[in-house]
Amino acid sequence: MQEMVRLERLTKRFGDVRAVEEVSFSVGRGEVLGFLGPNGAGKSTTMRMLTGYLLPTSGTAKVMGFDVVDEPREVKKHIGYLPEGAPLYADMSPLGLLRFVGGMRGLEGKELERKIARAIELTSLEEVAHRPIDTLSKGFRRRVGLAQAILHDPPVLVLDEPTDGLDPNQKHEVRKLIKTMSAEKAIIISTHILEEVDAVCDRAVIIARGRVVADATPAELERRAPNHNAVRITIDRERVQEAVDALRMLNTVRDVQRLEEVDGVASLLVLPTNGAEIGAAVSQILNERGIRVERFAVERGRLDEVFRALTAEAA
Amino acid sequence: MDVVRTVMRRELAAYFATPLAYVFIVIFLALAGAFTFFIGGFFERGQADLESFFVFHPWLYLFLVPAVAMRLWAEERRTGTIELLLTLPASTFEIVLGKFLAAWIFTGIALALTFPFWIMVNYLGDPDNGVILASYLGSWAIAGAFIAIGACASALTKNQVIAFVLGAAICFLFLMSGVELVLAAFRPWAPPVVVDIVASFSLLTHFSELMKGVVSAATAVYLATLVGCCLLVNTLIVELEKAA
Repeated sequence: MQEMVRLERLTKRFGDVRAVEEVSFSVGRGEVLGFLGPNGAGKSTTMRMLTGYLLPTSGTAKVMGFDVVDEPREVKKHIGYLPEGAPLYADMSPLGLLRFVGGMRGLEGKELERKIARAIELTSLEEVAHRPIDTLSKGFRRRVGLAQAILHDPPVLVLDEPTDGLDPNQKHEVRKLIKTMSAEKAIIISTHILEEVDAVCDRAVIIARGRVVADATPAELERRAPNHNAVRITIDRERVQEAVDALRMLNTVRDVQRLEEVDGVASLLVLPTNGAEIGAAVSQILNERGIRVERFAVERGRLDEVFRALTAEAA
Repeated sequence: MDVVRTVMRRELAAYFATPLAYVFIVIFLALAGAFTFFIGGFFERGQADLESFFVFHPWLYLFLVPAVAMRLWAEERRTGTIELLLTLPASTFEIVLGKFLAAWIFTGIALALTFPFWIMVNYLGDPDNGVILASYLGSWAIAGAFIAIGACASALTKNQVIAFVLGAAICFLFLMSGVELVLAAFRPWAPPVVVDIVASFSLLTHFSELMKGVVSAATAVYLATLVGCCLLVNTLIVELEKAA
């Protein structure tokens, strides 16, 4: 996999405030990196350094081999950037804005019009292309921001909260768009919506208080969840105690928790030791005792729990 | 240069996208007319020249031009579009230059719309059109200097009111540095040579030369240097914000 973006010990201080501390990671072609963290963790600051809007205090960042400090123009040429909140010139129309951005990127004539048409089509902006941006809804504005980011078909996309403020359908569309473009590009998206990581990201970097606390695939992160591979079962209330005792005898079971009781049936959460697969063992032992299981589900582990655990530790 | 032109075009269009451009032009023309006839005594003077028209320009510019320049950077900062602008592949200086040129051309348009005065004075008499041309160029150059100063002030803040007040105050100092009001502040402590330098900064002195039809190298160099320095300072301010 060709490496397209590389951050090495990238650091930004504002006076005494350490906004970003020695952040390092890299992104390759075809990869969608989810950049996660609580608000104020340093996501936007990191992206601003990568796109040349802020200069790093120390450390380096390279885009397509160009250093953000030494060759900012080359870096900017190779990046499409959607800044946080999608700031746009409100007095312009989407078409006018795209012509401006295209002009700044050295596009002109037929090529410019062709690329504008493509960007408008990909972001479904046809119906509002001529309206002033300040009359557009939040969803449309965000898509205008996306359109200007993908206009020149850049190898690297940096999108700061691309789906913020969109309704579920629009979110789906934007994620689909990111997926379609991902094969040839390196894409970094920041988000605090964890379902998004599952939906589009190949890898997630979590930062808290300016530091990287995790860099792994979504599946790896799920494995770190306390209830990864836990089994949730629903059984007759009368036999709960018997079931708990039996399950506790399994050495692959760390703990059994009683959950709520509804309509005479009880739910149990069976937690494995070290995330082991315990589904088969659990169903076997309950079968042997003749305890009928109404419902049976293996939990994958929830990303938001991992996220909370990782970012709370750092705080 | 393409980048400079692209920035310039967008900025110029932005002026006309809001009522600001029309308000500015109407007020400028109305005040220029009122000053010429009522305070300047155009008819009473009985002379076929435009001195009574041009003589008030620096004073009109003093509060109108900072109003044109104040939005150049402050507005971008307030709305966050500066992040979009500065992450496009262009150098900061190109953007600074494009913005300056847009505002300067805009004041040029307003100034050009005063052409009825020129027609009128030619109809009424036989003026020296060379002097009038030099005066027009001088007037436009003063506007350019004020814009360059106002743009610097605008880059310092996201508040347009502060940008306006700061810009107008600095313009006032440059305009008035030749008069005793300003020089008196230097005389008690500074050596005479410094006082002379400060006095030579006076836009008013240079402008009165131009109004007489005298285009001297000193004036041209002074105005070009002033604008150039302001553009560099403007670039530095924007760059420093990045490093902050």
